[in-house]
Amino acid sequence: MNRFIYYPGCSMEASARAYADSLEAISGPLGLELTEIDDWNCCGATEYMGISPTRAYTLVSRNLALAEKQKNGSRTLVAACSACFMNLAKTENYLREDTTLAAQVNTALEAGGLHYTPGSVDVRHLLEVIFDDVGIEAVHDQVTRPLGGLRVAPYLGCLVTRPDLDRRWRSREHPQAFDRLLRTLGAQVVDFPPRTDCCGGHMTQISPATGFELIRRLVDAADKAGADMLVTTCPMCQMNVDAYQAEMNRYFKTSYHMPILFFTQLIGLAFGFPAQKLGIGTEIVSSRAALAKIGIEIPVAEAQEPIGAGAAGPPRRPRAKQAGLPMPAMPGENVEAPR
Amino acid sequence: MSTTTTHAPAGPAPAGGSAFEPVMIGFTCNWCSYRAADLAGTARIKYPPNVRLIRLMCSGRLDPAFVLKAFAEGADGVMVSGCWPGECHYIEQNIKALRRLTLLRRVTEAMGIEPARLQLLWASAAEGQRFANEVGRIVEEVRALGPLAWGRDGARSPGSVEAALALAATGSSDPPPVSPADIDQPAPALAEVTA
Amino acid sequence: MSSAQERIGVYVCHCGSNIAATVDVEAVSEWAGQELAGRGVVVARDSKFMCASSGQELIEKDIEELGLTRVVVAACSPHMHEKTFRGACARAGLNPYLCELVSIREQVSWVHSDRAAATAKAKAVIAGGVLRVGEHVPLEPLRVPINPTTLVVGGGIAGISTALEIADAGFPVHLVERQPSIGGHMAQFDKTFPTLDCAACILTPKMVDAGMHKGITLHTWSEVTDVKGYVGNFTVTIKERARYINAELCTGCGICQEKCPIRVQDNVFEAGLGFRKVAYMPFPQAVPKYPVIDGPNCTYFEKGTCKACEKFCPTNAIDFNQVDRDVIVEVGNIVLATGFELFDARRIEQYGYGRLPNVFTSLEFERMSNAAGPTNGRIVLRDGVTEPRSVGIIHCVGSRDRNYNSHCSAICCMQSLKFAHLIGDHTDATVHNFYIDIRAPGKAYDEFYQRVLEEGTIFVRGRVAEVTDSLRLPAEADAEGRLIIQVEDTLVGRQRRIPVDMVILAAGLEPPADAKETARLFGISCSSDGWVIERHPKLDPVATMTDGVFAAGCALGPRDIPASVSNGAAAAARILGRIQQKEMAIEPVRATVDEARCSGCRICNDLCPYNAIVYHADRAVTEVNPALCQGCGTCVAACPAGAISGTGFSDAQILSQIEGLLMVSASGQLREVVPA
Repeated sequence: MNRFIYYPGCSMEASARAYADSLEAISGPLGLELTEIDDWNCCGATEYMGISPTRAYTLVSRNLALAEKQKNGSRTLVAACSACFMNLAKTENYLREDTTLAAQVNTALEAGGLHYTPGSVDVRHLLEVIFDDVGIEAVHDQVTRPLGGLRVAPYLGCLVTRPDLDRRWRSREHPQAFDRLLRTLGAQVVDFPPRTDCCGGHMTQISPATGFELIRRLVDAADKAGADMLVTTCPMCQMNVDAYQAEMNRYFKTSYHMPILFFTQLIGLAFGFPAQKLGIGTEIVSSRAALAKIGIEIPVAEAQEPIGAGAAGPPRRPRAKQAGLPMPAMPGENVEAPR
Repeated sequence: MSTTTTHAPAGPAPAGGSAFEPVMIGFTCNWCSYRAADLAGTARIKYPPNVRLIRLMCSGRLDPAFVLKAFAEGADGVMVSGCWPGECHYIEQNIKALRRLTLLRRVTEAMGIEPARLQLLWASAAEGQRFANEVGRIVEEVRALGPLAWGRDGARSPGSVEAALALAATGSSDPPPVSPADIDQPAPALAEVTA
Repeated sequence: MSSAQERIGVYVCHCGSNIAATVDVEAVSEWAGQELAGRGVVVARDSKFMCASSGQELIEKDIEELGLTRVVVAACSPHMHEKTFRGACARAGLNPYLCELVSIREQVSWVHSDRAAATAKAKAVIAGGVLRVGEHVPLEPLRVPINPTTLVVGGGIAGISTALEIADAGFPVHLVERQPSIGGHMAQFDKTFPTLDCAACILTPKMVDAGMHKGITLHTWSEVTDVKGYVGNFTVTIKERARYINAELCTGCGICQEKCPIRVQDNVFEAGLGFRKVAYMPFPQAVPKYPVIDGPNCTYFEKGTCKACEKFCPTNAIDFNQVDRDVIVEVGNIVLATGFELFDARRIEQYGYGRLPNVFTSLEFERMSNAAGPTNGRIVLRDGVTEPRSVGIIHCVGSRDRNYNSHCSAICCMQSLKFAHLIGDHTDATVHNFYIDIRAPGKAYDEFYQRVLEEGTIFVRGRVAEVTDSLRLPAEADAEGRLIIQVEDTLVGRQRRIPVDMVILAAGLEPPADAKETARLFGISCSSDGWVIERHPKLDPVATMTDGVFAAGCALGPRDIPASVSNGAAAAARILGRIQQKEMAIEPVRATVDEARCSGCRICNDLCPYNAIVYHADRAVTEVNPALCQGCGTCVAACPAGAISGTGFSDAQILSQIEGLLMVSASGQLREVVPA
């Protein structure tokens, strides 16, 4: 049993409810004991940093202080939302490096009867914990319903592997860990170069033209690669691609139908859980048609008619055959696949 | 870390009266730190004039007697600099200097000399700017401590064996007041003094 | 006070305005003459330029007329002019080691702005010098014989040039090379800029000369593992690795290579773009012409079977029982010509090297373009078949970049221009070069740039952000497998996405991965990034701080072929001069043990990194071997009995200098020194 202190973050309670539900379902089989921080507060998302960095760090540090107090027999704090993870990890790192900041922050925390000792808590992302602590083999052992070659595009989003101040990822631009995890579930992972590209974040509010273009690139690349759906680790990415897809289609006069699910939902499906328990069917761009291909039924009431094509998909671009000139060896190839 | 200014920071004057100018000796090694000082010179990087440099072939040449002589002759502070560990021109002699200095520190602190008066600085031949910055920092730290005036007016010396032992035990630079009652107490145990 | 018994002359230099602008030189000179008279100063002068002949003549005249016994010059750093003033003293008949040069320029006038404080410090520095010089004793430089044999480490163009210069002058050379053949990176290139001479055509005659020269002993497939000794007298151990080929019997026919059944990717000579056999010669013009069997990949060593090479060898030259052997040579001088390694372009993920098939490094492209390379000179994509319609060449990959290497790699701009020209020659492809600046400083280099411009190469000034196969716009999807270069075109002020079929990365030059070990092995310094440090970057670019060890070529830093050859010739000239003089004077800074005072405590024994300290158990005393001692002084400081003295930096000298430096207060007044 792997024990962790868990920081859900605001999105998990509302727009990313499905992420929270599916995570709860799979933590048992994965052997993850996640204890939520008592009385946690918002992480400040991306806005607060721009307004007042010191106050933003203090806001985040309150969670770190509570985590330090609570411990739960573990000194590792796990976050599933990428932005929450980044705020927590970055703040923890800066508090360790900058004693002046740590002193300022603790002065504020002490006013509330709290204190945080920099370095007491390790902050990690859920995906990396599943990959490193639980392990691919353990995940594989729990798969009872392999995903039958469902074609998925692995979309990590920009915040999981960057800035990576604790150096946990070997490759920041094209990590392979996510691909390997999805393959273990029996899915077929398509070639998806924009795996760590930006989804637009809050640009959908600030400059829709920019936001929609970034969303379009992701959906288009997945579509061209022949994916049935995008799979992601971040509530923001999921919301942008899901909730704004229709508007994006109108803006560009396109007709994409690319569902996007959380990776925990796919893990749950592979573990044999029913779709409702994993929040599948609550998404706006329905995954019904995609999942029907592998024999998973979504109840009709929550399904939607797909807006356009997207079932067959264009042919994949063939990779260069090894009959030509040899490629340079990548680090760890044939020994251990790089991340 | 340091910004790319060409002036090393000048500290504030101590309270009460004109700024005290410490007089310090700096031991440099011919291959790295002396060349760093030369490089600071050719680059015209400014730093305080309080440190007077002596060139040795290697920091390993540093005899503890040199440091004690410097303090005895009136230096308010001593700086010892050499090549970075692993880059000594004579392979590993700077490590031996480091050992010697660590032991020497215990002696000087037991004598009542504050740790900040004897400082160690590694600098490679390419680090002119860093040399200047560090000299500036060391001068300010010594300035803040005031004149050593060792053996002149006794103001800084512990004044008694018990006080010297207490100093070594507590690491405090202010000798504790000695009262008749203290004399009958057993001397405090010598604590570990870190370099 | 010892100095009071001497007749000391003090000379303070203005150095034009370098010193005089900040330090009141006349006041200092006057002060020295008056206040230090009690310490032995009989004359104090100041002069505009002490290093000029007029300045030196001042010293010489005073020595002769005033009978000076010691001289103190307050001027620039001893690293600049110590020899100059010692020379002046010697000419006037005074032992040159009775002269002390103290720095009031680099360490006073150039680094302090307060005139009063600087003047005060100058006085202190001079006082220190005066008291110190009183403790100097006359010394004679040590003379060591110079062995006429030379060791050259590295068989690239720099090493080969050096070896040939020395050997042609009639003196023996040992040339050590890690790879099975000499030739280095130059042997991999296609054409050389700007003349477009074929690299192999100009290199192979030199390689053959070196291979056949009576004076040059080649040690290929070998490495230096130990170096002992000092200038003129080095003892070097060379490990000759087992080739499993008996060179006496091998005729270089190549049948073993033909019959060997195992093919592996050739990551050395073909830069990973081609294959070689396990029994192989790295390239057809290899010198020496003996192949090598790559033990770790050989079936015989792995499983005990095959031995095809042995079966077919007509002269029975295969010897699987060969072992590495050590050869010990005695040499007088060493030249390091260890060259460079290419920056690992996989580190820049955004350029996709290793992930995207059609991204190539410069060395891969050299091999591709080379008519003797894996594609016989055809420019093709990674599939080995398709010709590119457009090529993007990215400059400064891993250079001029704080994330990787800050330095400029000197040759990649010219190399990239060369590639642009060659691609135009071999194909109809459009070529884009993406640059920050065009560095074309050499002879006919800029003219070559103009030529490439006129040939229609398109230049985009901007650092490439990304090479990607992730298409965004419908227009980009017109062909399969296309790459997009995302770059800011700074001259136009816009972001551009330029589709290309092939990308070539002009990867930078880095020191070899084991540069620091090499430096330690030969007792020299390399900078923190790994290049060998020369004695003076302007005026002594091929000598190192260690007497007898020189460097040439890219071991010192990125440079082109003419510079590497010049370095080699320069090092050779210096060495030949030494050999002709048959002996060399070295600084007499050494430690000596006074046996009468040595108690045999042996505290000093373990302190010497050069093993110069020897304990004589029969007499229970320690001795320092003056030949091996390098003069660091650690043992001098360690001796509890003060039995070890260090010439040039004795206890008496340093203690006097400390006293002198502290004689002057921060404001320039003579202090009352309380006896310790």
